[in-house]
Amino acid sequence: MNSSLNFEKPVIELESKIGDLENFASVSGVNLENEINILRKKLDNIKNDAYSNLTPWQRVKIARLQERPTSLEYIEKIIYGFIEFHGDRLYADDHAIVGGIGTLKGTPVTVIGHQKGKNTNDNIKRNFGMPHPEGYRKALRLMKQAEKFKRPVIMFVDTPGAYCGLEAEERGQGEAIALNLFEMSRLKTPIIVIVIGEGGSGGALALGIGDRVCMLENSIYSVISPEGLSSILWKDASLAEEAAGIMRLTAQDLFEFNVIDKVIKEPLGGAHKDVDSTSSKIKQYLIKELPGLMDLDIDTLIQNRYEKLRGMGTWG
Amino acid sequence: MIKEILRKKKYGTINVNKTENGRIIPYPKYTKKEKEEKDREVENDLWIRCKGCDETLLKEDIIKTSYVCNRCDYHFRMGARDRINLILDVDSFMEYDVEMKTIDPLDFPGYNNKINKAKEKTGESEAVITGEGRINGLAVVICVMNADFMMGSMGSVVGEKITRAIEKAIEKKRPVIIFSASGGARMQEGILSLMQMGKTAAALSRLSNEGLLYISVLTDPTTGGVTASFATLGDIILAEPKALIGFAGPRVIEQTIRQKLPEGFQRSEFLKERGFVDRIVHRKNLKNMLYKILYIHSLGGEKNE
Ligand SMILES: [Zn+2]
Repeated sequence: MNSSLNFEKPVIELESKIGDLENFASVSGVNLENEINILRKKLDNIKNDAYSNLTPWQRVKIARLQERPTSLEYIEKIIYGFIEFHGDRLYADDHAIVGGIGTLKGTPVTVIGHQKGKNTNDNIKRNFGMPHPEGYRKALRLMKQAEKFKRPVIMFVDTPGAYCGLEAEERGQGEAIALNLFEMSRLKTPIIVIVIGEGGSGGALALGIGDRVCMLENSIYSVISPEGLSSILWKDASLAEEAAGIMRLTAQDLFEFNVIDKVIKEPLGGAHKDVDSTSSKIKQYLIKELPGLMDLDIDTLIQNRYEKLRGMGTWG
Repeated sequence: MIKEILRKKKYGTINVNKTENGRIIPYPKYTKKEKEEKDREVENDLWIRCKGCDETLLKEDIIKTSYVCNRCDYHFRMGARDRINLILDVDSFMEYDVEMKTIDPLDFPGYNNKINKAKEKTGESEAVITGEGRINGLAVVICVMNADFMMGSMGSVVGEKITRAIEKAIEKKRPVIIFSASGGARMQEGILSLMQMGKTAAALSRLSNEGLLYISVLTDPTTGGVTASFATLGDIILAEPKALIGFAGPRVIEQTIRQKLPEGFQRSEFLKERGFVDRIVHRKNLKNMLYKILYIHSLGGEKNE
């Protein structure tokens, strides 16, 4: 697997050793059950050591893994009968953002998310999950559609950031993001946001205003990338690991800052190790939170959303 | 006159050097780095070099023209207090939230020190001044960002002061004018800075729901998280000539696309061509333009109801 990270090496080595022994045992007929059980115990310990106290930088690495499940993978497992819709009706269809409709436990929902690629070709098509303005405008179109038909909106956030290119600027990247913040803050239907991978600055926030905002345990969310911060601070992008250590970008950090409502646990090693169980945790969260939000009258819903945003920040 | 002599020279960094016999000699040509150092020397003195026409100008003179070059109309960056004096009627300004203090939520290395230096440099407590006042008699709520204070970056205090100002405008049913000048969200406050974008945008959506006017004035530079929040949400968006306006900074874009950006890219005139700015307004006409817009809105539009 090319998803192995440095700190995972001992785990992977031991896993393959156990595999070899099992093979040998079945081929040769020698009983190695005791030996294998001892090694399995050891593996559990090593895994706990490796995964339970991940540094911020290790989480950054996990959040960015190509194997990490993307929006469409979660949608497939969580949303029944998903139909994808395309285009912003103004300029183009941006493949870095996907959206459409389906049902969640019988309730019609609109689902929108950043979409990264699963391989190089796919990533070129998806622009590595970095949207242009038309992506944000497509998202807004689908949100307004959800408002009209009184469907709640489920948002998946997973982007390194809004694309920093010439055409993105020409077509108003800043305005597109700003307008989403403006409209999402007063959208007359519930919005639940789940950060599933990278929450890259304004490009993430443009899909990130909601009545509930939660993050997967190993996802990250920050105002600037660790590489960006380290090149500003120390003129050296290779010190990103140090930068990640000071910028407080983990799910737990954001929970402590009251920026998010919940951290959703991932399987040991990361969401990609067990996509089914991660999907089912997300689904449980949605099913638990949505009915309460849908029962609120719209004015209260929007008032609560405003107060949530209103409480962001700290001063003396 | 000394100024006349200087203007004839080609050098951008001419300074006045008197030899012992009283002759005035210009500086020799410098390398770029030396030139920048000399610029700083010049600018610390009575003189300032115009980035538009390369002339060396008397500071005293450009202050009289509200920091606009009287040769080429280059608009120098302007401090927030000067801006307030330029736009509002004399003695009409009442400042909000003077006491609000910046804190360091991340224990970010060197942040407190940076804040203190910015305070010393600008004499202000943060990167925005907010309050209310009058423009030719018409009452407005006004927020003016200060690019000299940590690049006009938006942290919690900037976001909170702007949000409170907007809420005050809703309460008093007044129009809001925000002068943007910012490098973007303030990295030293991490995610909390990012969230100020959502907070200010939400306050503006409330203002809009109330049918109240918001005029955004973009000044040099308006980039990053400020562009991607309140700066581009104006009912009417004005810009000063040749201001840098964009989401990503030009250097970041050049690194991403690995090519030089065309001349004038991300300047006010470019944004207007692309449809993101209503009007470009020369600083000397700004107060009057704001007044005219405010006046028309003050007449109301409910005849048919
Ligand atoms: Zn000039």
